[in-house]
Amino acid sequence: MTMKRLINLKRAEARKIYLTYAVVIAAYIICQVMSSTGLFSSSMRGMLVPICAYMVMAVSLNLVVGILGELSLGHAGFMSVGAFSGVASAILMQGTITNAPLRLALAMVIAAIFAAIAGFLIGIPVLRLKGDYLAIVTLAFGEIIKSILNNFYLGMDSEGIQISMITDTTRLLKGGRLIIRGPMGISGIQKIATFTAGFVLLMIALMIVFNLVNSRSGRAFMAIRDDRIAAESIGLDITKYKMMAFVMSAAIAGAAGALFAMNYSTIVANKFDFNTSILILVFVVLGGQGNMLGGIIAAAVLTILPEKLREFSEYRMLLYAVVLIVMMLATNNAEVKSFLAGLNPFRRKEAA
Amino acid sequence: MTRKKTKYVPVPSKSILPERDASRAPVLECINLGITLGGIKAVDNFNLTVGRTEIVGLIGPNGAGKTTVFNLLTKVYQPTTGTILLDGKDTHGMSTIQVNRAGIARTFQNIRLFKNLSVADNVKAAMNNEMHYNMLSAILRLPNYKREEIAAHRRTLKLLSIFDMQGVADVPAGSLPYGAQRRLEIVRALATNPSVLLLDEPAAGMNPSETAELMDSIRKVHEMFQIAIILIEHDMSLVMNICDGICVLNFGQVIAKGTPDEIQSNPAVIEAYLGRRKEEPKS
Repeated sequence: MTMKRLINLKRAEARKIYLTYAVVIAAYIICQVMSSTGLFSSSMRGMLVPICAYMVMAVSLNLVVGILGELSLGHAGFMSVGAFSGVASAILMQGTITNAPLRLALAMVIAAIFAAIAGFLIGIPVLRLKGDYLAIVTLAFGEIIKSILNNFYLGMDSEGIQISMITDTTRLLKGGRLIIRGPMGISGIQKIATFTAGFVLLMIALMIVFNLVNSRSGRAFMAIRDDRIAAESIGLDITKYKMMAFVMSAAIAGAAGALFAMNYSTIVANKFDFNTSILILVFVVLGGQGNMLGGIIAAAVLTILPEKLREFSEYRMLLYAVVLIVMMLATNNAEVKSFLAGLNPFRRKEAA
Repeated sequence: MTRKKTKYVPVPSKSILPERDASRAPVLECINLGITLGGIKAVDNFNLTVGRTEIVGLIGPNGAGKTTVFNLLTKVYQPTTGTILLDGKDTHGMSTIQVNRAGIARTFQNIRLFKNLSVADNVKAAMNNEMHYNMLSAILRLPNYKREEIAAHRRTLKLLSIFDMQGVADVPAGSLPYGAQRRLEIVRALATNPSVLLLDEPAAGMNPSETAELMDSIRKVHEMFQIAIILIEHDMSLVMNICDGICVLNFGQVIAKGTPDEIQSNPAVIEAYLGRRKEEPKS
């Protein structure tokens, strides 16, 4: 009886989660069919992987902004840590692991680990702060990560891995390869990222976040968000749970960064600047804080939109801004919201 | 005022909590407690001993330092002087979190619920420290996750049933009516297995019938859990009816301590509440 009751109680949340999975799976199937039947233009096909990466970023940032309730303005920093460590490890593994999907998967795992370490180190000072101060400091750390990567050199030769900072002093032996070249980033990347890999990563990210939210850790995150003082009064360790959410979010962002980077032949640290952090934040805010599906849809729309607006040439960014404002206003409108809620096929049928 | 003195005998069979030592030994002792806030002695030389199953009322005019005492007990403020002994152990240097784990739970004067969480999740959040599964079990939905979640859910419904709130378990806490929010705060505090429960103005903003209901609820909680309760309240009928002992504060100082009957006839208390009577002309 209790078990049945437990399931009943969870039904409202569960419906929202199933809808999210269903939409993502349906979108994947539709895109796969359209792309194999040649209905997609080549530019559209090229955008599939970045869209997936941005969707995963939206889910990742939503964990910090929507669930934990802290504003992070440096999330692109974790993405870049993942991108560089992931791509570098993929290049190092090129000789030993010939299976591309497996190499991609391993590179994403390594990227997640490196980003998680970065998240932990940054979290130590950042999570002692609150609210606006925390947001500003994450912004600063995002820039610091960018500067470090812009001055980082990593090479590989017969003696092993060589690292140097600021100037290239790796002095590689003959036959060695300089993988990360400071401001020139990494070039000659094998494009092993695929749409299917992006879909799988998005599903894993969703599973991690949803399952975490519906656990004791997730309740702690949301309790801290809703009332910090009350959370302390019931014995919740604020710093521990903030760190947990922050590190998990950074790890997911790192994996997304690796996926993103391995869709291009060249990647530079400047790609992951403040603008990218803000773009990801826009996905989350537009989609609704704590609303994973909303963030995913916003990521897709706002990535495709600038491409579709290309025909307006110089008015493109102006139109983009106008559309963004209209969307923000519309999605905050109560009537539009109830209309959108009515579209949910998993919604409980309410008696008239 | 008539006061029915209930004799509280330990009833372990009724208790939801693990069995406790129900002796009358003090569970909480404040010795010479004091704090200076902004140059003002907000609480000074505060001494109070609370028995293991006692209900103590903390009363006094506005600004007397009652909530400050709660903030000292829960270590929101670290006391400048004095000692707090909980179960005979010094709580010096403990944080709010540690003191809660040691057995002090509280409610707040201005309700502090997790408004966007469901009623059940508010209670389960307070059970966090007795759950042990890790993040990986949660993400992969391993058996120990399911086992502990079901156990927590059972206990949550049991706790909510004290106040007949099982029916609203999945409603967002913020949408509950005012009285129910106050009751949920008490349930949430109880979920941390306290040995001392601090209630900060539980009847604030309630009408007389709601207050009477609350009084029954507090009695019920006290009987079921056999814990010490310290209660800040302005509603005198509630305080006088329910408390075993009363401590009166004014300007941060204890001006009287005793049973409800003693307090009601204490001239210092009457003066603190009603002001000094004009000097009668000497005849």
